[in-house]
Amino acid sequence: MRTEGRGADGAFCQCLGCKKILLKSELDEALGVCPNCSHHHRLGAAKRIELTFDPGSFEEADTGLASSDPLGFPEYADKLAKARAKTGAGDSVVSGLAALGGRRVATAVADFDFMGGSMGSVAGEKIARTLERGVEHACPVVLFCTSGGARMQEGLLSLMQMAKTVAAVQRCRDHGIPTLGVFTDPTMAGVLASYASVVDVILAEPKALVGFAGARVSKQAGVSKVPDNFQTAEFCLEHGMVDRIVPRKEMRPTLTRLVKSLGGHLNG
Amino acid sequence: MVKTWKEWEKPLIELDEAIAKIEALIATSPEDKQDELGARLAEVKARRDRYIDVRYSRLGPWEKTLVARAERRPYTLDYVTALITEFTELDGDRRYGADHAIVGGPGFFNGRPVMVVGHQKGRNIQERQFRNFGMAKPEGYRKAIRLFDMACRFGMPIITFVDTPAADPGVESESRGISEAIAASTMKMFELEVPVVSVIIGEGGSGGAIGIAVGNRVLMQDHAIYSVIPPEGCAAILWRDPEKGPQAAAALRLTAESALELGLVDAIVPEPKGGAHRDPLQAIHAVRDAVKEHLDALTGLDGRTLREQRYAKFRAMGRFDGA
Repeated sequence: MRTEGRGADGAFCQCLGCKKILLKSELDEALGVCPNCSHHHRLGAAKRIELTFDPGSFEEADTGLASSDPLGFPEYADKLAKARAKTGAGDSVVSGLAALGGRRVATAVADFDFMGGSMGSVAGEKIARTLERGVEHACPVVLFCTSGGARMQEGLLSLMQMAKTVAAVQRCRDHGIPTLGVFTDPTMAGVLASYASVVDVILAEPKALVGFAGARVSKQAGVSKVPDNFQTAEFCLEHGMVDRIVPRKEMRPTLTRLVKSLGGHLNG
Repeated sequence: MVKTWKEWEKPLIELDEAIAKIEALIATSPEDKQDELGARLAEVKARRDRYIDVRYSRLGPWEKTLVARAERRPYTLDYVTALITEFTELDGDRRYGADHAIVGGPGFFNGRPVMVVGHQKGRNIQERQFRNFGMAKPEGYRKAIRLFDMACRFGMPIITFVDTPAADPGVESESRGISEAIAASTMKMFELEVPVVSVIIGEGGSGGAIGIAVGNRVLMQDHAIYSVIPPEGCAAILWRDPEKGPQAAAALRLTAESALELGLVDAIVPEPKGGAHRDPLQAIHAVRDAVKEHLDALTGLDGRTLREQRYAKFRAMGRFDGA
């Protein structure tokens, strides 16, 4: 569970929503949702997979892919090394095959702790492969999004991942493969403006930050006076950009139902 | 390092003004002064040409950013006026409203029907406001989708001109789904069964650019820029200092040369000496020749092949270790 600002004592942590001191075990049991204020704390990819899919069903793929530093961007190599050490993952997306209620799905799960979940060449490649895996195995695709956007450190290569991942979603459409996306906190910019927004069904966790322009970019563009719930999952729902807001404990049954109904025409 | 376009172009503007003054003088001076004035004119002209030669032969990423944003640089409608005959602009998105930062419509290029879609900036305050500084709202991308769809149904090749600092980041655009609009337009382009040539003619600004830049061939003018984020935005995020745009421009490698090297564009379209804004007609003709060459190369390919080629092209983009 990622609850920054945890207390001095390892057994306790502070809710990032209501600031209440909680027993870590208590928060863990509640899937990272504060029992007091329902704040959904961010989850790492491994935890998300554990909480979502049939126990032991996840088989990771694409493990050999690693970000290089194609532009020689300042401090990038260092940031990559730190992110790898912090998460134990190769990049911001973990991909593979899993099962939901006994039905096979292809999945990719992003991890905010890896450079803000940003999408560079590796994340883009893994998402494209996940979508193609759905076509190959004739199974639905479930994508958990969390990202600050495209990874600046890979420059134009990152921008092209937007096109590449959208192309792969398009391929799923051509082959009758249902695609489901879950917006978790935060789902922003280059990820929101690409594959995340063109999947068949979009679910979101409560209060997740969801938007096109990050705060610093908006500020620079002179955007002011925003509504209270601006760039939240609730704002997106209200404006028709999201299909449902789903609390974490209902995510697994909701996805299971959707996979079963929308993927009813597929084998497995 | 110069920070602004004004600073960058100032010496050149001064030389141009000096030339204009001498020319005016020549027009009103008696016969016996002509030789002397003629010599002076030749000398200042030579100085200006040398200056352009030196400065434009080695533009850095930040200088290219300034040049790409030059307000006298030809914009989409300048290309349309010069190259597309019988053009009819179509405005509607059939959803919400008219967007003026993306323009488009059918016409003829080299005698054959084409659909044109491009970003449009303005040159004075009123125009800029009308064009929203070239930042399209969702309606712009939804209009583009309509025009792409029509072109596909009617077998018309598509030419897109990319020139935007970014898509509109405002509250309205968020409310009406700017992200979805960009993604849907990008997706539409992957479905097209007609040839698509995209030209980056100024600023290829992040998602706002890619939404209309999925060509079978992507061309980029020599001094255009193409970037995942504007350099100032990158500097604001990385170093919390938008003033460090020049450093960010260098780090982002947003030049045509880099894009070609990385295999992300297919060709660089040469610009006249001193940049497209110094000789717009020559710049436009170079774009015409390049677009013609690439459209001709795509002619005769069937729809399925064109789709597959586009998919394979963008699918291969990315640099990483491992397999």
